Amino acid sequence: MITDVLTAVALYFAIQDFNKVVFKKQKLLLELDQYAPDVSELIQTPKEMHYIPLKVALFYLLNPYTVLSCVAKSTCAINNTLIAFFILATIKGSAFLSAIFLALATYQSLYPITLFVPGLLYLLQRQYIPVKMKSRAFWIFSWEYAMMYMGSLVVIICLSFFLLSSWDFIPAVYGFMYPESPSHPDLCREEVIPGCPAMTPSSRENKEMFEHFSLFFVCVFQINVFFYTIPLAIKLKEHPIFFMFIQIAIISIFKSYPTVGDVALYMAFFPVWNHLYRFLRNIFVLACIIIVCSLLFPVLWHLWIYAGSANSNFFYAITLTFNVGQILGTCYAPSTLLRMNVIQPILQGVHGLWGERKTGSTGQCDRVSVVPGAQIWCSEGSFLGKVLSKCVGSNWVLDLKPWGRERERMEGGK
Amino acid sequence: MGLLSDPVRRRALARLVLRLNAPLCLLSYVAGIAWFLALAFPPLTQRTYMSENAMGSTMVEEQFVGGERARVFARDFAAYRRKSGALPVAWLERTMRSVGLEVYTQSFSRKLPFPDETHERYMVSGTNVYGILRALRAASTESLVLTVPCGPDSTNSQAVGLLLALAAHFRGQIYWAKDIIFLVTEHDLLGTEAWLEAYHDVNVTGMQSSFLQGRAGAIQAAVALELSSDVVTSLDVIVEGLNGQLPNLDLLNLFQTFCQKGGLLCTLQGKLQPQDWTSLDGPLQGLQTLLLMVLRQASGRSHGPHGLFLRYGVEALTLRGINSFRQYKYDLVAVGKALEGMFRKLNHLLERLHQSFFFYLLPALSRFVSIGLYMPAAGFLLLVLGLKALELWMQLHEAGVGPEEGGGSPGPSSSLLSAQGVGLASLVAPLLISQAVGLALYILPVLGQHVATQHFPVSESEAVVLTLLAIYAAGLALPHNTHRVVTTQAPDRGWMALKLVALIYLALQLGCITLTNFSLGFLLAATMVPAAVLTKPHGPRPLYAALLVLTSPAAVLLGSLFLWRELQEMPLSLAEGWQLFLSALAQGVLEHHTYGALLFPLLALGLYPCWLLFWNVLFWK
Repeated sequence: MITDVLTAVALYFAIQDFNKVVFKKQKLLLELDQYAPDVSELIQTPKEMHYIPLKVALFYLLNPYTVLSCVAKSTCAINNTLIAFFILATIKGSAFLSAIFLALATYQSLYPITLFVPGLLYLLQRQYIPVKMKSRAFWIFSWEYAMMYMGSLVVIICLSFFLLSSWDFIPAVYGFMYPESPSHPDLCREEVIPGCPAMTPSSRENKEMFEHFSLFFVCVFQINVFFYTIPLAIKLKEHPIFFMFIQIAIISIFKSYPTVGDVALYMAFFPVWNHLYRFLRNIFVLACIIIVCSLLFPVLWHLWIYAGSANSNFFYAITLTFNVGQILGTCYAPSTLLRMNVIQPILQGVHGLWGERKTGSTGQCDRVSVVPGAQIWCSEGSFLGKVLSKCVGSNWVLDLKPWGRERERMEGGK
Repeated sequence: MGLLSDPVRRRALARLVLRLNAPLCLLSYVAGIAWFLALAFPPLTQRTYMSENAMGSTMVEEQFVGGERARVFARDFAAYRRKSGALPVAWLERTMRSVGLEVYTQSFSRKLPFPDETHERYMVSGTNVYGILRALRAASTESLVLTVPCGPDSTNSQAVGLLLALAAHFRGQIYWAKDIIFLVTEHDLLGTEAWLEAYHDVNVTGMQSSFLQGRAGAIQAAVALELSSDVVTSLDVIVEGLNGQLPNLDLLNLFQTFCQKGGLLCTLQGKLQPQDWTSLDGPLQGLQTLLLMVLRQASGRSHGPHGLFLRYGVEALTLRGINSFRQYKYDLVAVGKALEGMFRKLNHLLERLHQSFFFYLLPALSRFVSIGLYMPAAGFLLLVLGLKALELWMQLHEAGVGPEEGGGSPGPSSSLLSAQGVGLASLVAPLLISQAVGLALYILPVLGQHVATQHFPVSESEAVVLTLLAIYAAGLALPHNTHRVVTTQAPDRGWMALKLVALIYLALQLGCITLTNFSLGFLLAATMVPAAVLTKPHGPRPLYAALLVLTSPAAVLLGSLFLWRELQEMPLSLAEGWQLFLSALAQGVLEHHTYGALLFPLLALGLYPCWLLFWNVLFWK
């Protein structure tokens, strides 16, 4: 309960700060007059911005998943708090605190180690250090950050060693995440609490059948969490906070004992990018999958545990479906942002183009209105039309429609 | 994924869904119903088979001969019972001890939320008597239960006699590896519930009962026995338990094996098994049995004491002796032998019954339909809701976002945003109001019974039923109420959004219900889906209204009562049907409070508000 509130507060301040940065950038660009007139839809107004941190906090606190994990007294609330503080520290630009909180989060569940990269990227961006292999400042800062992180991690682990005076806790805590390890007590099969729908890649029955492949299974299932960090880091270099969001989502999907509390954490970030949601596809299908699965969890769990009539496979199937829903969602999110990235420079370019064209002899003007469903009005043969169709390709629902004289001509023809 | 992300194919798909929506919905609905009707026919019904190894391979020899002894016990029991007017606890204790059992009693009392007129009881207090036969070969970690429920009148005394005779016989055998509990409960199901709660040391229904002195390990299986005559013509087996739970199919197979072995005639839902499955007659008769089973299971009531055991993960069934005008009759020895055989086989169990099916439908005793085969029927019906919701979503999306409407104007999306805001705001009121009515329907009747009896000349249970009906009918006046609260600017979008929400809500509820209790889910889907999909505020409104009213949960209940009696070949007249409907309502509320049956809260809190949303859509202005 307290940790949940702390998480919400941390998220509130973090997002507030983040928004200030975004807003500053936006204002700068606006002052530079770089946006086309029609993109006003996509520019977040100060009023909207003002409510976003509040929305984030409320999204976290009122999320049924948060409530569930709070009721179940799951430890993932603590983990969420640590991650939230890590985000706060990162956004505030305090490398040291950020490293400490990240180390604490890692200490608790190992997976947040992947958040190291977005954290580093954001801090670099904040310090205006370019991410270049040749730049010395980049290497120095990365080294410092990594040292701070490793140092605090080692300190924490040593502290726990002094507390227990044995190293047993390492296999007990981290080995637990690998379903094949001897310390794994088949928890997921026997007594899963509602706040913790366990997804076990290899359950007891499979264990006997696939004994030979156990190592392979462990690799395949565990690698997913870490696998996407590098490609995402390359692709989302400019958007470290978004990267962080995606990474948290990936952790919550692929970690070996996912809980609904993890889902709540990344769902809290939705309002931050709410201007992007009009570009997100299949919201209906995705939302239905998530809602249906969330309702079926307790039903199937009841059938399995209380009624004894359905078995764990039913429940396992529904966790799989839930994850498929989440995966689809997280796959669409980056592509949405990337599409925005493609459009934005074009939009910024359009303004100049527009002015130029207006004075042109043809009297043709290109007009871009980016609205839901993405209509881009421009004359077919125009430069902008070509650029757009080249840049965006079929990935973007692009309607190139004749505009200006051509359009009048066509309509007159009809 | 590729299909969904490629814009061209996506658009084609969308167009397909939009253009072919009506035929697809119709096709899906017809397919669902047809699939269900086809369930009774051979490719979909399979022969039952024993899955449990421990019960399959070994044969046992039944040696029970205590028929005469059972009759004597029964006569004595009936005599003592008549004399004391209640369960003759002392006599039972004495007799059980004399046949060599460890005997304990448990007293319980329960004040019902309102007087039960069908059973004529309000303040109930009684005593359960049970004797434990300790197994010689094991350490009291597992047990089997043979239970006989005793009602207020002196029926079932033959069952008590048979129970005592069996106990005496079992006592002499040396092969028992599980303890056997012989349980005689007073006030039939209430006593069983009290005993089960005390045995598992839980209290879920507010029953006051004394602590159990003796226990016998985890109960592996239970058989409940109801016999009211010295001879029977057939044994009827009842499987449907509380909230539509069913025992493992192996237990039923076991019963059937011993019926066949002893040449006993056994029936399901009071119907004989059809012999000939190749011609049309057999499956048609099977379909009748299947429908009866669906109706019974959908009621969510426990149709025998076994139903309460199922909730505790104990496989159980009830055997009811029927004495009809058939010529060939069996005496208690035949029944006793079948029971002895079953117990000896159950004694062989190494683990809980889990090998066979838990989800099945039975068109006959020797045939079953498994979950994989009947689920598509409900799936098709739910698909209709999904298709319609998808269509509405696309229409909503296109209406607001569509390029045609947006045209060249700079800010079509700002209007969309405000429209969405209005749409959502206008949804809140109907949703809240209908949920509130549902809540009132759930809480008020029982809470307000005393107020009602003070002001109107009705008894408590009448008051409950009439309040139920009054609130139910009052809910129909809802659209006018919400209309004053809501001021909408986009009339079409408003009802579409509401219908979309209602459709998804309905689909979710039906989906969850179908998973736990297929019969209820299917019955509700088959009736509610067409009206829900058709409803809109344009077109022939009176027709839609009539259709909606006919498919409202209460009307479905009334209809199922008529169908049920029709299938039992005891057709109801309208007045009788109405009386039965009223008593069914009272029973439904009572079962929820006494046993924790979930049908009433489900209808009151889930489906009725959802149905009100459709009613709201219909009268949207």
